Amino acid sequence: MIPAAFSYTRPASLAEALSLLAGASDGTKVINGGQSLLPLLKLRVAEVDRLIDIGRLGELQGIRPGADGGLVIGGAVPYTAVLASPLVAERCPLLAETIADIGDVQVRNRGTLGGSVAHADPASDLPAAMLALDASFVTRSSAGERVVAADGFFHGAFETDLRPDELLMELRIPGLAAGTGTAYRRLAQPASGYSLVGVAAVVRTDAGRVVDARVGITGVGEVAYRARAVETALLGGSSVADAAAHAADGQVVASDIHADAEYRGAMAVVFTRRAIEAATVRAG
Amino acid sequence: MTLAANPLDTLGQPLKRKEDPRFITGTGRYLDDITLPGMTHLVVLRSPYAHARIRSINTSVAKTMPGVVAVYTGADTAEVNPLPCAWAAGGVENHLDTPRILTPDVARWTGDAVAAVVAETRAQAVDAAAAIDVDYEPLPVVVNAEEALKPGAPQLHENAPSNIEAQWSCGDAAGTAQAIGSAEVVVRQRIVNQRLIPNPMETRGSIGSFDAGTGEYTVWMTSQAPHVMRLLITAFVLGIPEHKMRCISPDVGGGFGSKIFLYHDMPLVAWISKQLGRPVKFVETRSENYQATTHGRDHITDIEVAGSRDGVITGLRVKTIANMGAYLSTIAPGIPTTLYGRLLSGAYRFPNIFCEVTNVYTNTAMVDAYRGAGRPEATYVVERAIDLFADEIGMDPAEVRRRNFIPPDAFPYDPKVLTGPTGLTLKYDSGNYAPALDRALEMAGYADQATAKAEAASRGKLLGFGLSSYIEICGVAPSKWIGLPGEGWGAGLWESANIRVHLTGKVVVTTGSQNHGQGHETTMAQIVGARLGIPVEDVLVEHSDTSGTPFGYGTYGSRSGAVGGIAAYNAAEKVRDKAKRLAAHMLEANPEDMEYDDGTAFVRGSPDRAKTIAEIALAASVGYDLPAGMEPFLDETAYYDPPNCTYPFGTHVAMVEVDRETGHVDLVRYIGVDDVGKKINPLVVDGQLHGGIAQGVGQALWEGAVYDDSGQLLSGTMMDYALPRASRLPSFELDETVTPSPVNPLGIKGAGEAGTIGSAAAVVNAVVDALSDFGIRHIDMPLTDQTVWRAMRVAEAGGAGGDVRGAAEGRA
Ligand SMILES: Cc1cc2nc3c(=O)[nH]c(=O)nc-3n(C[C@H](O)[C@H](O)[C@H](O)COP(=O)(O)OP(=O)(O)OC[C@H]3O[C@@H](n4cnc5c(N)ncnc54)[C@H](O)[C@@H]3O)c2cc1C
Repeated sequence: MIPAAFSYTRPASLAEALSLLAGASDGTKVINGGQSLLPLLKLRVAEVDRLIDIGRLGELQGIRPGADGGLVIGGAVPYTAVLASPLVAERCPLLAETIADIGDVQVRNRGTLGGSVAHADPASDLPAAMLALDASFVTRSSAGERVVAADGFFHGAFETDLRPDELLMELRIPGLAAGTGTAYRRLAQPASGYSLVGVAAVVRTDAGRVVDARVGITGVGEVAYRARAVETALLGGSSVADAAAHAADGQVVASDIHADAEYRGAMAVVFTRRAIEAATVRAG
Repeated sequence: MTLAANPLDTLGQPLKRKEDPRFITGTGRYLDDITLPGMTHLVVLRSPYAHARIRSINTSVAKTMPGVVAVYTGADTAEVNPLPCAWAAGGVENHLDTPRILTPDVARWTGDAVAAVVAETRAQAVDAAAAIDVDYEPLPVVVNAEEALKPGAPQLHENAPSNIEAQWSCGDAAGTAQAIGSAEVVVRQRIVNQRLIPNPMETRGSIGSFDAGTGEYTVWMTSQAPHVMRLLITAFVLGIPEHKMRCISPDVGGGFGSKIFLYHDMPLVAWISKQLGRPVKFVETRSENYQATTHGRDHITDIEVAGSRDGVITGLRVKTIANMGAYLSTIAPGIPTTLYGRLLSGAYRFPNIFCEVTNVYTNTAMVDAYRGAGRPEATYVVERAIDLFADEIGMDPAEVRRRNFIPPDAFPYDPKVLTGPTGLTLKYDSGNYAPALDRALEMAGYADQATAKAEAASRGKLLGFGLSSYIEICGVAPSKWIGLPGEGWGAGLWESANIRVHLTGKVVVTTGSQNHGQGHETTMAQIVGARLGIPVEDVLVEHSDTSGTPFGYGTYGSRSGAVGGIAAYNAAEKVRDKAKRLAAHMLEANPEDMEYDDGTAFVRGSPDRAKTIAEIALAASVGYDLPAGMEPFLDETAYYDPPNCTYPFGTHVAMVEVDRETGHVDLVRYIGVDDVGKKINPLVVDGQLHGGIAQGVGQALWEGAVYDDSGQLLSGTMMDYALPRASRLPSFELDETVTPSPVNPLGIKGAGEAGTIGSAAAVVNAVVDALSDFGIRHIDMPLTDQTVWRAMRVAEAGGAGGDVRGAAEGRA
């Protein structure tokens, strides 16, 4: 459990961080809370020459109200801060519900939302919620800023739209329209606590009818995805159970010692139904 | 808990542990806290292949890396003997193969040690190990013990055809065949007891230091048995005089059995420290612990249980394949034989039992004792057999237990399977099984389970009740029963204690037992303090250093109370005797008229003619005026070889709720009524029970070491090996019955393993009960969500599972 030797820099400013990244070699990596990166380094699954610590940069801190009734969360904000935030509780309870059971207190104290999104672990929870909330991510490099929608950001396992010289600056979560309910339901892997299946549902109803639905699913496919077939079926008037049956449509369902593809696929359906049902009840 | 009238009589009192302040304030001193001047660091390169011939090893780059002091391979340590196996299966032929300190030619599992790198820092040693170039020729691999027996399976050792280490049996083959052949009902079931990883909080390690001036070695180790380690390292492995080595176990952070054994690093650090003239430290990583330290269980068992429709069981036949791993760990062959087969009568009067065991080598980590060691496996077989039988005849499993219990008037009871090759018979010491069952059922609300099940069903949950009426064999063991040529244990199993009462009346107790979390420093002090009538605070218990403590076999097998504690008790008796004789002299009384109580020796009938233990100790220490022929000082040693083992028992009830849709099992209540005889300290007993129950629940629901077909450990870290967590367990509800043991003067039995032994079967029985509507009779552990879900789906489809791991069997 000793990583190979590397050098470590903590830039004093965002500008310095970006310029360090601009000319960086392949062996340079950003470290945020370190909760994904350090285990990989310690197990020597990954090796780096240099770590650039962005965890204390002022521009990556803070939870702020978004213009549209939504939220803006800095790229280095840890889970614990989000869980303690009244603003999050008021504007986006789904966020807190999604991350409440991640790891343990130590992991939540150090692990960040930006790190989770940038890392794109196929079993991590947050990406499912980002998809269902229709979030977007602000990235910056010395060449400039981009705003990338969550939908399309996750390319594959541990692969995202983020470029090697970019930092994920903030997560933007739009406000929820009136009549919207949200819910996160997960089946945890008993050893790691990561999700075997995690489903985030955002449902808007009008007079008991579903008028808008977004479902993000993690743990099941190669990376978190929008379950469009489920959404379409719901909007088309299918029952929740019938719609949920499409949860794993089009996915190459993951298989490992904890859950084979058959079981994961079946649980995707069960937890999708449960998440949608809960969200619908909350939508009122 | 009421306090005794006499505050000095702390026996049976729930005292807080003396050792806890240092453990919970971070001031314990564990192996990795020790730094010696000039100390180097050892990192072991382990084979990435589960089976491979080593063609060549190139260490030239590694040797030039920064900080590297030395690199050794099997060629360098060729003259060092293999590690000994100290417990061959008794009374049968054994094909023993044990590890070398570095393997010279063939790696037989992914933990096999190929090279040793010594550097100034651990990080440098890790880097250099990565630079060693080994040319391996991969060989075919077998990880499943049943597969390893098949013709054409890869062979691990030349002297062990078909990979068989030993074939052993106990009980009555003919009688059992007859009982099964003539029975009204016979139930057959394959039962897998999966491989587990012990997971003590502290991983293993060792430090070797050689003093060229005196020619003496000191080896610090995370061992449960430092005296035995010294014997094995010196006399068996390195061939040096036993008295030239001192072995010390500092504070040890748990072991669960995995720290009983001799591991290659212990002689290796001693050997290296002499080569280099510098101390060397080895501490394994958690992943390395998973890979290279011993595992537990791993049985494939076919059972047949026979009886009549009125619920009386007449025969039990058990055939077990036990996976030993790639080599034999120190006492491995004795675990699935003596400690398993000889417990198969459980709490029941089974008239016929026959058990056959085949110990098998595979390309996996060595398997040896893990908490309970053989006895949880046996209890699981017996308690599943009872439920399978009850299910078959449609009788309440509690009633089947009651009908087959050994009645209280049958003690001492001879279960026959405890009789070994020498004909020496051990009998269950004492027991009264029905009251514990009754109490547990009452606490669980068992009589009204239909209401509880209906209530759960209204919430969409399947509620199940599971029982386990276990017994245990503790206080191992009478030396002449367990030793050669009886059960094959290569030494004795007595224990020792020395008591010295110093001039000021303060007491130092040294014991051959070893404390790695059980609370010896408290419980031994309670025994000695109570017998001598002095405060517990005035008794210091020292242990775990071969220099300064009497020889002892160590701590395992729930033996430190019932064997080590009795040695301390007997030493205290000797001190009392001498104190009475000296007090008689001081009081000019007749020694025959003296009594000892509450810390004073007094003349019978005249309690004012008395001397306190402090006064007597002072007189004994200064030695100015002693009776003729009496030696100065109060210093007594006792060696205690138990005449019998002890046999605690109890009934546990698990209540689970199963989610029909996901297969998730929620343990909603856990009730344990345990009878461990009298208790030295009920708080310590509760601690042992709680931890033990959690471990058994862990086996039932979550834990399992998984190898792929190429011998890679897939459950190689805590992110993939699921340990029990407090958040997934209910608050345990415990009660007791008390049936003193007649084996020893304290009436104690033992509690270190009871929780683990009883709990796995209770949980599995509960899940099977919850799934009874599906016609499911058995599911192999661990009962993960997926496994339970699949069992339900297979049963719904009307099929029967066939997989060994995680399979479910629907009733035909
Ligand atoms: C014991 C344990 C249990 C866990 N359980 C769960 C669980 O149940 N569910 C779950 O979802 N997660 C779980 N996690 C993972 C945890 O949520 C993530 O590790 C954490 O959120 C990642 O954030 P970090 O700041 O620690 O990232 P780091 O480890 O510092 O970085 C991760 C990766 O992202 C990159 N990166 C990080 N921040 C940025 C940025 N702002 N811009 C560009 N690149 C960046 C890094 O270069 C690195 O490649 C667990 C982790 C542990 C250790």
